[in-house]
Amino acid sequence: MLHLDHLALTVDNFRLTANWSIPPGTKLALLGGSGEGKSTLLMGLAGFLPLTSGRILWQGRDLGHLPPAERPMAILFQDQNLFPHLTLAQNLGLALNPRLRLTAADHARIAQVLERLGLSGLSPRRPADLSGGQQGRAALGRVLLQARPILLLDEPFAALGPALKSDLLSLVADLAAETGTTVVLVTHDPADARRFADQVVLVQGGVAAPPVETDAIFANPPPALRAYLGP
Amino acid sequence: MADRSLQITAGLLALLIATLVLGTALALASQSGGASLRPADWSAIRFTITQALISTVFSCALAVPTARALMRRRFPGRQALILLMGAPFLLPVIVAVLGLLTIYGRSGLLNVALQSVGLPQISIYGLAGVVLAHVFFNLPLATRILLNGWQSIPAERFRLAETLNLPSPFRHIELPMLRATLPGAALAIFLVCLTSFVVALTLGGGPRATTLELAIYQALRFDFDAGRAALLAAIQFAICAAAVTLAARFTLPPALGAGLDRTLILHPPKHRTAFDVVVITTAALFLLLPLAAVLIEGLPALPHLPAAVWKAALRSLWMAVTSAALSVTAALILAQAVARSRSRLLELAAMLPLSASGLVLGTGLFLILRPHVRSEDIALPVTILVNALMSLPFLFRLLLPEAIVLHASYDRLAQAIGLQGRARLRYLTLPRLARPLGLGAGLAAALAMGDLGVIALFANNDQATLPLVVQRLSGAYRMEQAAAAALLLVTLSFVLFALFDLGGRRAAP
Repeated sequence: MLHLDHLALTVDNFRLTANWSIPPGTKLALLGGSGEGKSTLLMGLAGFLPLTSGRILWQGRDLGHLPPAERPMAILFQDQNLFPHLTLAQNLGLALNPRLRLTAADHARIAQVLERLGLSGLSPRRPADLSGGQQGRAALGRVLLQARPILLLDEPFAALGPALKSDLLSLVADLAAETGTTVVLVTHDPADARRFADQVVLVQGGVAAPPVETDAIFANPPPALRAYLGP
Repeated sequence: MADRSLQITAGLLALLIATLVLGTALALASQSGGASLRPADWSAIRFTITQALISTVFSCALAVPTARALMRRRFPGRQALILLMGAPFLLPVIVAVLGLLTIYGRSGLLNVALQSVGLPQISIYGLAGVVLAHVFFNLPLATRILLNGWQSIPAERFRLAETLNLPSPFRHIELPMLRATLPGAALAIFLVCLTSFVVALTLGGGPRATTLELAIYQALRFDFDAGRAALLAAIQFAICAAAVTLAARFTLPPALGAGLDRTLILHPPKHRTAFDVVVITTAALFLLLPLAAVLIEGLPALPHLPAAVWKAALRSLWMAVTSAALSVTAALILAQAVARSRSRLLELAAMLPLSASGLVLGTGLFLILRPHVRSEDIALPVTILVNALMSLPFLFRLLLPEAIVLHASYDRLAQAIGLQGRARLRYLTLPRLARPLGLGAGLAAALAMGDLGVIALFANNDQATLPLVVQRLSGAYRMEQAAAAALLLVTLSFVLFALFDLGGRRAAP
């Protein structure tokens, strides 16, 4: 279980609180307008922002003081998910060994993941030689190889256009289902939340509200969500 | 969460720099206790400031028509000329002085020509020569800064002036740019002239043309008067620090890597073509002739250089590379730490060496270490260290913007996958920063290669660097050998620069 226990985060004068939990394997969407604090919450979870107070617990273990790489989480940012000067094989290899001392078995795993993502044969290429969609898949390959129980997505693939984005999001959903990964997706797009998430957390006015079943929240939106969705 | 060891290393490094620079200043102040200023010292202070002021005024005043002419004319070789304008920054001062002597010296081309038509000879020694040499170095610098300024004026503004049919676009468009650009350029040049040692050493001298730096050198080298040297160095330090503090209030313009490729935005006025041709030709001749003279005079003597010159060249090479390695390492550590923490203190430490000249630092270190070691024993290490320090502010400024971009773009990703320490340096930092690192290493190596300052204070005969050999040869009037050694020096400096710069470019992704 991922438990946010009386969590509070502060950035300058902005304060965000959250106090709820989700079971493992949940696909959760953090939904809200820009500047409401969705990304702040995600950065706090990932370990890029120190907690002002409260705890983050995963299966009962307090993660609050761990550096990002030691948390049971992998993260996809909005962009800059691949190092442009390294090849795909090296970019993916970093997930297995940050010193890039890769064994034959590691290379086999990289090839296997690339094949699963439809990127076979592209391992010697650099990101700039790939299409936007291929870059998105490669970034996904990196988090797959990290094989962490929680996957954080910060409005990923947003620059790719709606069709490609929705393709990649369903790929994430499939992969997460196969491995039982818990996914936290930050989005400002209600359509993403509807298509992807089992549960939705509304982030507004400095509070990340407790999660609600996706179908339920859209069937009967609370006033805050209704205001956000508009007429 | 941040890589704490980097911050600690950077902090220690900043402390070391501050100790070296400020500790030196303190040592100078405390050792100058017994000494008092003689009339000659007052005149050195006056001359230092006067020559710097005059040099600055001439460099800037001549740069305005030169940059303007270069801006609005297109001719074959224009790019090469602008590129050449960047060269004096890397040109060893002693080489330029030698070239100037060949043209304007006692038996130089100009005087031979004057004599043949029965006109009186001119002398390059004294104030006129010092100013001439400083203009030679700083006119190109000022021209490039102003060219940059002209190129940054949006084309729309010139078009607007044309549609409004303004009688003088200069007043409304170009004058404001000059008003914004010139003060910074002037201060940068003033600083360079304030601390230039070699020009005063070779072209100055005597009661009427001695700068503070030259007076320090003479006090140490000939009078063995450490107290007076300390006092003079402390005064020079104070003047420099005051000028730097003043300069910090202006944004110093970028002179290197100025863009050259903007399309023509000024319609060349037809009636001033002759003027522009004269300006560009004069500037080109002024810059090229002395260099050509060194080449022509030095080339035949190159195969016959004594072995000691080659030994000195080798010594200079390894000293330059060592100094560049130190400087680049320090700049990389500080730039990364500042990119991460935005610490004003670390930034200040990196820029601190600007407030001292190499000769002043060397004098201070010598006075501190004097009771414990012989000056020959520390001549080479102190020279390497001082040169590394003097390059640090330039390299830091070069690296910082790129380090900030690197941090903003990839720090989170690196943290997320646990890329740290040496692996991070190897797979992230070095590849991403290869270009500025190569350029910076090239700059530092070339500057160290051509430097003649501290080494002149301490070196015995077996420790001479190549610039010192050139100076000694020309001092002994063995001009052909001096020119050949100068040619070797300038070639090695530019080859070092080009190798590092190219290496950086090729290593960059």
